[in-house]
This record gives sequence, structure tokens and C-alpha cells, in this order.
Amino acid sequence: MSGYDVPRFGHGSRVPGWDQAADLTKDPAVIPDSATTLVPETLRAGIEAAMAKYPERRSAAIPALHLAQELHGWCSPEAIEQVACVMRLTPAYLISVATFYDMLETRPKPRNDVFVCTNISCSLLGADEFYEAMVAAAAEDPDVGVRSFECLGACDIAPMASVNGEYVGPLETEDAAQIIEDLRAGGPVLEAKQLRFRRSVDPGAVGP
Amino acid sequence: MSIHILFEGIDEPGLNRLEVYQRRGGYQALRAALAMSREDVLGELLTSEIRGRGGAGFQMGKKISFLPRGDMDKYLVCNADESEPGTFKDRELMQKSPHMLIEGIVIASYAAGIGRSFIYIRGEYDYQADILEAAIAEAYEAGYLGEQILGSDHSLSLVLHRGAGAYICGEETGLLDSLEGKRGNPRLKPPFPAIQGLYQGPTLINNVETLSTVPHIIRMGAAQYAEIGTQTSTGTKLVSISGDVQRPGNYEIELGIPSREIIYGLAGGPADGREVKLWFPGGSSAPVLTKDDLDVPYDFDSLAKAGTMLGSGAIIVVDDSHRVLDVAYKLAKFYAHESCGKCVPCREGTNWTVKMLQRIETGEATPMDLDIMASVQEEIIGNCLCVLGDAMAMPVGSIIKKFRAELEEHIEAARERAGIGSLENVIPVGVADEHAGPLPVH
Repeated sequence: MSGYDVPRFGHGSRVPGWDQAADLTKDPAVIPDSATTLVPETLRAGIEAAMAKYPERRSAAIPALHLAQELHGWCSPEAIEQVACVMRLTPAYLISVATFYDMLETRPKPRNDVFVCTNISCSLLGADEFYEAMVAAAAEDPDVGVRSFECLGACDIAPMASVNGEYVGPLETEDAAQIIEDLRAGGPVLEAKQLRFRRSVDPGAVGP
Repeated sequence: MSIHILFEGIDEPGLNRLEVYQRRGGYQALRAALAMSREDVLGELLTSEIRGRGGAGFQMGKKISFLPRGDMDKYLVCNADESEPGTFKDRELMQKSPHMLIEGIVIASYAAGIGRSFIYIRGEYDYQADILEAAIAEAYEAGYLGEQILGSDHSLSLVLHRGAGAYICGEETGLLDSLEGKRGNPRLKPPFPAIQGLYQGPTLINNVETLSTVPHIIRMGAAQYAEIGTQTSTGTKLVSISGDVQRPGNYEIELGIPSREIIYGLAGGPADGREVKLWFPGGSSAPVLTKDDLDVPYDFDSLAKAGTMLGSGAIIVVDDSHRVLDVAYKLAKFYAHESCGKCVPCREGTNWTVKMLQRIETGEATPMDLDIMASVQEEIIGNCLCVLGDAMAMPVGSIIKKFRAELEEHIEAARERAGIGSLENVIPVGVADEHAGPLPVH
């Protein structure tokens, strides 16, 4: 899945050292000691509330990592440590979970996420061109991370993107600059094209 | 006359709030169901013969009857991890009428004697998850969830669980692992989730659309519901149609109508002057059909007879302005990215299919590559724990079969572009071993 990208040379072979063995002289990372690990109070309360919802506390791993990512910006070693401390799991276990899922980042990421769907329905209608335009528009802005994403489940507004979770579409290449502008302004993004205001196309869907 | 059950007036403002939903007769079906015995409610679901709307098309009533009886902890999981490319029907249902889903979950759990339920929604559906969260809180407040619902002996808890972006978590056992807080790797079946699922307990897993239909079955009466549609595919279906059509979106149709009526009648077909080249009848995992198949009735069995499947009910239309090579490449790349890596045929097969399709583009391929690719697809199908590999192998295999001439043209054209030379010099004549790969190009 999102996984760890092996660093490669231009011709494709792996950069030496990518597979260097773990330092075996180090102590294994155990469940962090709650007496010495400082966890922000809001994060602790959030994780504990999440754990209480399930018959097994482990089920709260993904919600807890979401919370930690929200607080720290990404699943940093520090964030993982804090979640591990509250959930009484090893950091290694949580890293294995975090690297599996596309929305959890184990590397620093910009504050704003722009996920451009480049799956089949969107790409038929020009998503690849929009993605390039979006990457170009965001090139100057360190606060905006653009990613091509798998089907986001909004092919009715193809080509579309999810800007910090807000679905917008159908997009044209000019909208890329507008998205950056709206993100900088801090208000709603491309309000006229937001999915939440879209009405159903089915003739039977009209309310009484 | 089109029939609307799920989408009837779904655009009504405020329908996501309990007040409006109740005014429109919401939760009356739950009251009616709770007045019946559990066996009678299950009997209704069996009579309706409703088939799962998530992809496999298994009868919901039968699935419930596989659950063991008794007082052990049983679970209901609503699969709202809608990530099959082209599918977006559950999104609209959850966003506009979340209480319909909750009512369906309570009735289904009553029929199966389940006390704990979960909705696993994909992490990207942030807005829809917020709406559901609010609706669940309202339902608890009004006594439709919680202890002794409406004074009956039935109790149910419902938790909304947000995923974090992984296609494989839409597969039921991958979803269960993910819900247990693990990496979303599919499990070996059997045991099926109905026997051993979430936390090793018996688990009923159903799609959002299936569960949302349950209140309507109780309201209308199963016999009347079964009248709609065809003999073996009862009821209505939400169809998500996208790609090269003029009016993309979700439409509710009666199962069994001709596909042409959906693609051309409802969605307006491709733009003027364009023609349908190929279409996916049930999400990007379904083998493709061509313009000659437009009159196939849109139901589970007719599509199976045509060599494909209804799947999640997502039609993707590709018109003649696109190259099939690009379609196949997009597909293969998606599945290679989403393969969890547990089973070798899927992990390697998806990966190599991508590389072989790239070879066509760079001009290194020969028509024999198509045979090798087709054989790779055959080796994937049925050889993995889950059907993710099959989901790539079926459409890509069908594209190679149905559009071989066009792919061979691409191969020839790309060789010329790259200056590698005509095929005449490289196609070996009379290879001794028919399983041998292509000869090296000099």
C-alpha cells in the first residue's frame, strides 16, 4: 500500500543501504512507560473515548492514529509513541497499521491535502490533465500537498478532488489556481462546485 | 413507469434529520417489525429474496439464517467502505437519508438476534461520516438504538468506524481485520464470517444499500417487494453511472430493464457523435461488455449469462475516443497499488500486468505478450484468499480477448514510434515449446 518507498537511482536499482539491518544492540521498543511519556490531555481523552466504544481496545487503533495525525500533522515517531502509550500497544504494531493505510502518513506532510482522483472514470474525463495543473499550481506552496488518489467515490462529479476532505468537481484546469487561492484565504474551497450541495439526477429524487 | 423506493424524494431538504424522516413515516417499519417475532421478520427477508447489493449478490435472508442461534455475542457490520471504482450510490444514501440505514440495521439485527453493530465507513467520506454520527446520536436519543428499543426485548449498540483509505477493506474479511485494528488483510475462508467473524464471533456483513432496503421490505410486505424486478433478481437497484455519459449520477432502476435504457435513456449516452466502445456493468472489477451487449437486461443472472457481473451496480462507459490500452493500464495500476501483498498470484500478477502493459506503450512488446498476459490473468483467478486479484484479472482478461486486434495495432504502432522495427523480424516461426516466452529482440 502506501508503504515505504525504496530510494532508487534513475536507472532503477536500489540505493545501497536501503535494506540495512536494524541495530540489534538497541533495546527492543516496548510499550512506552506511561510515567515518562508525556501525552497531551486532549489526545489521551480522545483515544480513551475511542477505546471505550469497542469490545476490544485494539479496534481503536485507526481512530486513535487519525486523532494523533490531526494533532501532530503526521504520524511522527512521537505521535506513535503517545498513541502506543495510551493504547498499551507497541509502537511497531501501530507503525505496521499506519503504513498500510493511504490516509495515515508516516512521513511529514503539508498541512493541506489535495487528493486528486485519477481513477478510471475521472481519467476518462481529463483527471490526469487536472492533476498536472494542480501539481504545477501547488509547486510554490509548501503548505499544500497534492496526491493522485484512487477512486474517491464521486464519479458523478468527475474529474474531482478532495480538498481537506471536501469533495469538489467537476473540475477544469483553471480551478487548480482557485483551489490554492481559497486554501490560502482559509475559507470554503470552490464553494460552487462542492458535492454537498449537489442535487440528485434521478427524476424520482425530488422532494414533495 | 419507473419505481422509486430508496430514492423516493431523497432530495428533500433536512431528510438527514430525524424529525423530517419521522414525518415521512420513518421508523414505522421498525415499530411494525418489533411487533412481529424475530422468525417472522427473517421470514419476510427470505420471502423478499433480496440479494446483497455490495457485489457478490448473495441472498440476505439466507446469510442471516446461516448465523448460529443462541445467546453468544453476535455482530452486524454495515459495509460502507464503498471504494469500487465507479461506485458512489452508498455515499448519496448515507448523506441524504442516514436514518433509513439505521432503521435497516436495527430491523436486520432484530431478525438475526444481534446485539452489537458497526458501520465501517471509508475514511475519505468525511462529510457523510459526520452526518451519520449526528443521525446515530439522534436515534439513541429517541430510543431507536440502545437498551430495550421501543420497549421491546431487543437491544442494539451502533458504532461508526472510520477507515483510513484502503480498497481492500471493502472485502468483508479485510474489513473485519481492519475493524479489529489490524492491517486490512483478508482472511482464509471458510470459516465464513457468519460463523466466525468479528472478534471471532458470528457476524452478519451487509452493504449500505441492502440494509437501507430492509425497512421498505417490511413496510411494503415481502411478497409485494418480490413482485418488483425479475424472478431471481427482485427489487430495485441503485445504479451509479459515470464516464463518458451526458448525465452521470445515481439512478434507481427496476432490475431487469435493458441496459440500453440506463445508459442512453437515463444517462443520455456518450456525447453527440461518439459511440460506446466498452462498458463495465458492475464496477471496474467486472469483465467488460461492448456496444453489441447494450440490450442485455440489467439484472444479476442476465449479466452473469453475458459473462460478466452486476457487482456493485456501477456502470462505467468508455466511448470511442479512448484507447483500450489506457483503460487496461489504469485498471491494472489501481489493483497493483491496492493489492495487500498477502497472496503471491495477486501481488505479482497485478504488478507484472502493469509492466507488460507498459511494454506495449514503449514498443518493446510483441503480440505474444498478449498471450502471456492472458495466461497471467488465468493464473490469478481463483488462486487467492480474496477476489482483489480476480477483480483485475477479469476485466483485463476480457479486454485482451475482446480488443485483441486493437491492442495488436498499438503494439505495431508503438514499435514503429520507438524505431524498434517491424514485427516481421521478431515473431518466431514455429516455436517448439508453446509455453516459452518471446525470443529476445536483437
